[in-house]
Amino acid sequence: MILMVAEQSNGVLSKSAYELAQAARQLQGELPNFGEVTALVLGSGVAAAASAAALLADQVLVADMPALGQYDAEVWASAVAQIAGEGEAQVVLIAGSRSGREYSPRVAVKLDAPLLEDVIRLQCESFGEGAGVVLRAEHYTFLSRVTERIETQAPAVVVTVKPGSFVAAAAGTTPAEQLDVDLQLPQKRLKVTGSIQEKTGRIGLTEADVVVSGGRGVGTQEAFAELVEGLADQLGAPVGATRAVVDAGWRPYAEQVGQTGKTVQPKLYVAVGISGAVQHLSGMNKSQCIVALNKDADAPIFKITDYGIVGDVKEIVPALIAELRK
Amino acid sequence: MRIITLVRQVLDAEESVRVRGGAVDLEGSKLVMDTMDEYGVEEALRLREAASGETPVEVVALAVGPERAEESLRTALAMGADRGVHVVTNELLDAIALSAVVAQVARGEGADLIFCGGQQADWDSQALGAATAERLQWPQATWTSQLERKGSTLVGKHEVDEGSETFEVQWPAVVTTQQGLNEPRYPTLPNIMKSKKKEIRKQPLEAFGIAPRLKVLGSEIQVKERKRKILDGKDASAAAAQLVKMLREEAGVVA
Ligand SMILES: Cc1cc2nc3c(=O)[nH]c(=O)nc-3n(C[C@H](O)[C@H](O)[C@H](O)COP(=O)(O)OP(=O)(O)OC[C@H]3O[C@@H](n4cnc5c(N)ncnc54)[C@H](O)[C@@H]3O)c2cc1C
Repeated sequence: MILMVAEQSNGVLSKSAYELAQAARQLQGELPNFGEVTALVLGSGVAAAASAAALLADQVLVADMPALGQYDAEVWASAVAQIAGEGEAQVVLIAGSRSGREYSPRVAVKLDAPLLEDVIRLQCESFGEGAGVVLRAEHYTFLSRVTERIETQAPAVVVTVKPGSFVAAAAGTTPAEQLDVDLQLPQKRLKVTGSIQEKTGRIGLTEADVVVSGGRGVGTQEAFAELVEGLADQLGAPVGATRAVVDAGWRPYAEQVGQTGKTVQPKLYVAVGISGAVQHLSGMNKSQCIVALNKDADAPIFKITDYGIVGDVKEIVPALIAELRK
Repeated sequence: MRIITLVRQVLDAEESVRVRGGAVDLEGSKLVMDTMDEYGVEEALRLREAASGETPVEVVALAVGPERAEESLRTALAMGADRGVHVVTNELLDAIALSAVVAQVARGEGADLIFCGGQQADWDSQALGAATAERLQWPQATWTSQLERKGSTLVGKHEVDEGSETFEVQWPAVVTTQQGLNEPRYPTLPNIMKSKKKEIRKQPLEAFGIAPRLKVLGSEIQVKERKRKILDGKDASAAAAQLVKMLREEAGVVA
């Protein structure tokens, strides 16, 4: 069995679930004796997400319990490991979201399984009695500068899949069977006392086709709102920011792009007044087309730029907005 | 209270990466303590300083890696850690295998709290903290950007998928770090001198009975060819017009 944990948010199936389904189907195609693709939906009030998952998998297991109303690493790991253990899953696919990457190591330890993290490609080499499954994968290392090929062999392997690395599977037309499951869940030990949803008013930074990001070179919070948001509005894009900008309090952390922020891979990434530090590049260097605006012709960002302008963003950005309006 | 803070030696982010014979070649490159681990050392020292007497806190820095990893342990000791433990190996351990070593050391030391980096700057892995916590059956707080100890409780703030959360957790626990947690101190000269006398206990990896679970088949630096068409922006409107034209007609990324 290939087990995929289908993430949902407020009852809506996440994009990552479609990507996991694609990865699962690919593995199933490579080695038919994998058996069924089973989707697991965890949460409280998740009927709609479960129905959507039923159009992606061969079978859906639904754990709809109040205790699963709020994500918790230990609870999630326990739930997934129970299902994987009982179903003797050979591969457990988990989204490479922050939470997925947080609880997946616990699942791996519980199952005594190796963990392939944040993979961008996955391939099943062989699958034999006793020997377990041999999986090969590619992932990025050294702040996304190196692509590494890795291999593991084990009766069960846990894999997290980097968002955006697999195309979303198309939903089928005949829904698969849904089964309710009962789980023994541990007590939560990390007590969440408050939650700060960083409302940016703009959603989908990691899923957008175009991203406009600003750095310290934009000058001030007010200029950021005018120039970076203005350009983003013109391009119908969400806004990203560098750590320098987030540290200065101009923008919320939810918009930070880079090693310790979000990873984006849009068709077009526009960097406004950004120097191009390695930690920032690691979050955006896989973008298809990179545009940079910077007054310093020697700024490192220009090394990975497709199209750029050397100049003052206070003059360039308004001119760009005007030109795009034409 | 005994705190273990993990220190990993990684390539300095300012250095460029080289691949030779299918593997990243660190020969002759500048290696430093992972910045994420500096946050952990600093936070452990702050907890020790805040404890002031009532329950003394000992800060133990732990490194698992080749002989040269001792340099990062020395940095941690110079920052103020009390002593070091160095599990010596040339083996590349993945996070799941490494967590078994960390958990064994933590048990042997009777540790109450473990700090480790939110993400490793070489393997880009985020798994070590959670895997270690699981092995010890401890709770964990990941991507922690604020932390304070109140008796047997740790009160803090950490980053989640969208936004952040405030939390409380009883130690023993594993805490992984994130930028913003603190500003790591620089070792002062007297502390560097003092650190030279501090103990580093060496243990071979063989004593732990650990085998890596992943095999590295090869590494590549995939440089995406960039067009690098950089325009002079002295005439802002002309440059903007030309850029938009290229984005529309050549790249096809703007409608
Ligand atoms: C552990 C760690 C994790 C990190 N994680 C991240 C991360 O996730 N994301 C991130 O972004 N950073 C991260 N950083 C920080 C990173 O190293 C850089 O400090 C940061 O990215 C710099 O931001 P910046 O480009 O906005 O600012 P700067 O480096 O100050 O660059 C500003 C740029 O603007 C240009 N400029 C100035 N004025 C103008 C003008 N009028 N017109 C045009 N151009 C102008 C300048 O030439 C310069 O190139 C991390 C650092 C560490 C140590």
